[in-house]
Amino acid sequence: MKKKKYMVYFAAIAVLLLVFGTIVYATGDDTAAGSGFWEEFKAKLVLNFVKEDRWKYITDGLVNTLIISFFALIIGLFLGFIIAILRSTFDMMPKKNIFCKVIDWILKAYLTVIRGTPSLIQLLIMYYVIFTMPNANKIFVAILSFGLNSSAYIAEIVRSGITSVDIGQFEAGRSLGFTHAQTMIYFILPQAFKNILPALGNEFIVLVKETSIAGYIGINELTRGGDFIRSRTYEAFIPLIAVAIVYLIIVMILTKLVEIMERRLKTDERK
Amino acid sequence: MNANDAMIKVVDLHKSFGDNNVLNGVNIEIHKGEVLVIIGPSGCGKSTFLRCLNMLETPTSGNIYLDGTDVTKPSTNINRQRQKMMMVFQHFNLFPHMTILDNLTIAPIKLKNVPKVEAQKKAMDILTRVGLGDRASSYPSQLSGGQKQRVAIARALAMDPEVILFDEPTSALDPEMVGEVLEVMKELAKSGITMLCVTHEMGFAREVASKVIFFDNGVIAENGTPQEVFNNPKNPRLKDFLSKIL
Repeated sequence: MKKKKYMVYFAAIAVLLLVFGTIVYATGDDTAAGSGFWEEFKAKLVLNFVKEDRWKYITDGLVNTLIISFFALIIGLFLGFIIAILRSTFDMMPKKNIFCKVIDWILKAYLTVIRGTPSLIQLLIMYYVIFTMPNANKIFVAILSFGLNSSAYIAEIVRSGITSVDIGQFEAGRSLGFTHAQTMIYFILPQAFKNILPALGNEFIVLVKETSIAGYIGINELTRGGDFIRSRTYEAFIPLIAVAIVYLIIVMILTKLVEIMERRLKTDERK
Repeated sequence: MNANDAMIKVVDLHKSFGDNNVLNGVNIEIHKGEVLVIIGPSGCGKSTFLRCLNMLETPTSGNIYLDGTDVTKPSTNINRQRQKMMMVFQHFNLFPHMTILDNLTIAPIKLKNVPKVEAQKKAMDILTRVGLGDRASSYPSQLSGGQKQRVAIARALAMDPEVILFDEPTSALDPEMVGEVLEVMKELAKSGITMLCVTHEMGFAREVASKVIFFDNGVIAENGTPQEVFNNPKNPRLKDFLSKIL
């Protein structure tokens, strides 16, 4: 069954390519008149990817995209979980002292600012305002910017997961003699994580695709790579569709991984 | 500490939620081995009292001494005190992501540094005692309500507590499952463990309680042996309460 589903995806992509290709062919000029569709298609592939080793723009871009996505995700998860745990702990306190109130206020302000401004603006501010030294590593700036951006969203996802766990679980843990932190680690977070996995998967997907704006600060990532080929060959269709397909494949792999994880965490359900 | 000193001593306990005064000065001493059954109309503060004892609710004022240690003092290590005082909840609150065996062993392993093998062996003994030895590798969602509550009691026992607090342990069960849980509780009572039990099972109270306490308006309105309380009630509210349920 599963295999069939993937065949359907690939068939869909192939059909799309064919349709677009035909349109390009039909509306193209007549210089290639006489030669068949496939010949022209092949010529275009050669022009866009083989000539001057242009495929390297795609693969180099892919590597950068993956590096930025992966490390941004790590930062996002790490900060997101910490913010969520702190905030839900403050929410649970009957009386907050002044220290907790200040931290809570700072965290809320952080979430508001990060979620309230476009991530492109955040990236530009990070590069042109905060890291102004000329030798600043662009990839590092992008990782930090996307990581912070993602942390705000992940924080709220995780917090919703913690709130979704029955308060009785918390009381059970505490009544056995576990500390607040132990109760979180052993009982609340594992259950919360299971509940939020689909939402987290969503956030991962958004993050990967959002790195496509990293080209704005001059990083040669996937999108910029495709766009660069377009600017050299004056051929928009093939490089951009290729880039789109690469993103699609990354997201499909990611979706699959989240799906596998979901299944493995389903141990407590009725079998 | 004297042998005849109270194990739990509650002095002038008050608890209010905003303007709602739930406990209005509770005083009681509980001795080792006693089986205390707490009855009363809903909203009278029975559950709140029980939850105050292990500080799941923070009392507004008053003191609670467990083995001479004031658990209400902020300087007391409440987690250490709670390990002596287990709680069984109305809704079981088993950990759904763990097997029954792990539910029983996680607290002894993590909190008392009991070796895993030893903890598992003891857990199996306790599970057999509550009649669930064959369900050790199941998950809570695969059990019936009565079985879940028996596991919850077993989980409390695995920590070797001095006292177990039961917060309406049979109220969320189907009528036909109430019996199996009460059986386990009766067996526990006979074994000499100290029990505090909020319940509406008057038959259970009559049979196993060493003392019955009637709560009304956040104070202990009557306190005596089951015979005194059920056969010879003095408080008019208690008379009214008993006439409605018996």
